[in-house]
Amino acid sequence: MNMPLLVDGSLVVLILAVAIWTIAVRDSFAAVVGYAIYGLMLALAWVRLAAIDAALTEAAIGGGLTGVLLIRAAVRLRPTESVVAVETPGRFVKALAAVLAGTVSAALAVVVLSFPVPAPTLAPQVAGHIASTGLGNAVTAVLLAFRATDTLLEAVVLVFALIAVWSLAPDRLWGGRPGPRYHLEANGMLAYLARLLPPLGIIVAIYVFWVGADLPGGKFQAGTLLAAMWLLAIMAGLTDAPPVSRGWLRVALVTGSVVFLAIGFAGVPLAGAFLAYPAGYGKPLILVIEAASMLSIAVTLALLVLGPPERSAQQ
Amino acid sequence: MSLLLDLWTIVAVSAGVFFFLAGTVGLLRFPDTLTRLHALTKADNLGLGLVVLGLLPRVSSPLAGLKLVCVWLLVMLAGAIGSQLIARVARRSGPPA
Amino acid sequence: MPEFLAVATLLVLLATALGLIRLLRGPGDAERMMAAQLFGTGGVAALLLGATIVDPSIADAALTLALLAAFASVAFVKYGGALGRSSTPESGEDE
Repeated sequence: MNMPLLVDGSLVVLILAVAIWTIAVRDSFAAVVGYAIYGLMLALAWVRLAAIDAALTEAAIGGGLTGVLLIRAAVRLRPTESVVAVETPGRFVKALAAVLAGTVSAALAVVVLSFPVPAPTLAPQVAGHIASTGLGNAVTAVLLAFRATDTLLEAVVLVFALIAVWSLAPDRLWGGRPGPRYHLEANGMLAYLARLLPPLGIIVAIYVFWVGADLPGGKFQAGTLLAAMWLLAIMAGLTDAPPVSRGWLRVALVTGSVVFLAIGFAGVPLAGAFLAYPAGYGKPLILVIEAASMLSIAVTLALLVLGPPERSAQQ
Repeated sequence: MSLLLDLWTIVAVSAGVFFFLAGTVGLLRFPDTLTRLHALTKADNLGLGLVVLGLLPRVSSPLAGLKLVCVWLLVMLAGAIGSQLIARVARRSGPPA
Repeated sequence: MPEFLAVATLLVLLATALGLIRLLRGPGDAERMMAAQLFGTGGVAALLLGATIVDPSIADAALTLALLAAFASVAFVKYGGALGRSSTPESGEDE
């Protein structure tokens, strides 16, 4: 009885079953619940693959934020569901889609299974040079030291995505408050949870951010937690979504990228290349970048879930 | 002493897993939404609590033990509030089809 | 001991998988939300067991999962109620 094989096998069966059901089910709400569960199971799979940073991110984004995003979309699309249901694609289109999906999956399987053993990897080089960054977590070292430019570009892309979402607002509501006003029931359970959970969530987020230097964790997972806690307070009605024209909001959004860029350009005179860290200052600079980015990520993700402005700023 | 702790782990984790299975059986077999909700939340919180208690002797540091207990308390809180909210949804939509 | 904990993990996953049946069958949104909560708790239990067997930092994943599961279940309930009716959840009702 090979125990790891059994655990992995049962996980695979679970993931496939949930995925197939999510696609096959007719009701949008059920599909979104299925998708959130699928994200959860994927997080377990990442843990089995010893990629705990990815598991943290999958649990936070796939299980939590994307699920909430999808359910809000499902509510919005509710009036159109009957119209769409009439326009089901014909058999030819469905068959074509199935063939395409199958081909892509088969190609991926062939590629992954044909890796030489040991598979080509840069992990030994990372392990060899990680001491110069002062970090203990190889993932954080790659993200913020060896491939920092990619991370910088991703941070900027996030802001662009948010601007794209905002552009969906009607002209007269530009700069208004995203999302509807949530009614506060001051003694209700939701308000109770929204008062109790965010302080805990903030502590856990700071912990995940801090421990990410040497152990799995980091700014992205911490930022997601902060965003979820803020969204919880908004959904309970304890606080209202700020108008997107507020100065502090916009400053918070760009702080991460600006700090990243500033430190990057400072690296040119001080260490000889863009985003190079002067010797011995690697870890402090990385922590500063991470702290600023965590704040920006939290605000950006929360605003992405809330959507384009739906109310004027005065309401 | 360590034999006693190992025994404690085995007993507590087994009891926890039993409650997990019991909760799932309740979720599947009970006739009504509210009874299923009851089975789910009580059994799962108790199951997780027993598993956490069983794993406590095996932690490497007090911080790790604190983490385990925090996780259990969080899940209990979420379960308690969540079950109340789900019950409201069930009451609003009336008896299931 | 690690073998016993691995068996325990397997059984927890099995119990969670059985909850799938309720997810598939469950008439009504409440059943689906309950199945999601089951998966959340089962996943957390599996992760905690894994943290003891394999790597203590998996407990951080369990902590994050617990927090996000609380958040997600609140959001599902708040919006799930809206899907069954024509009014929106922010019409000033219960919560």
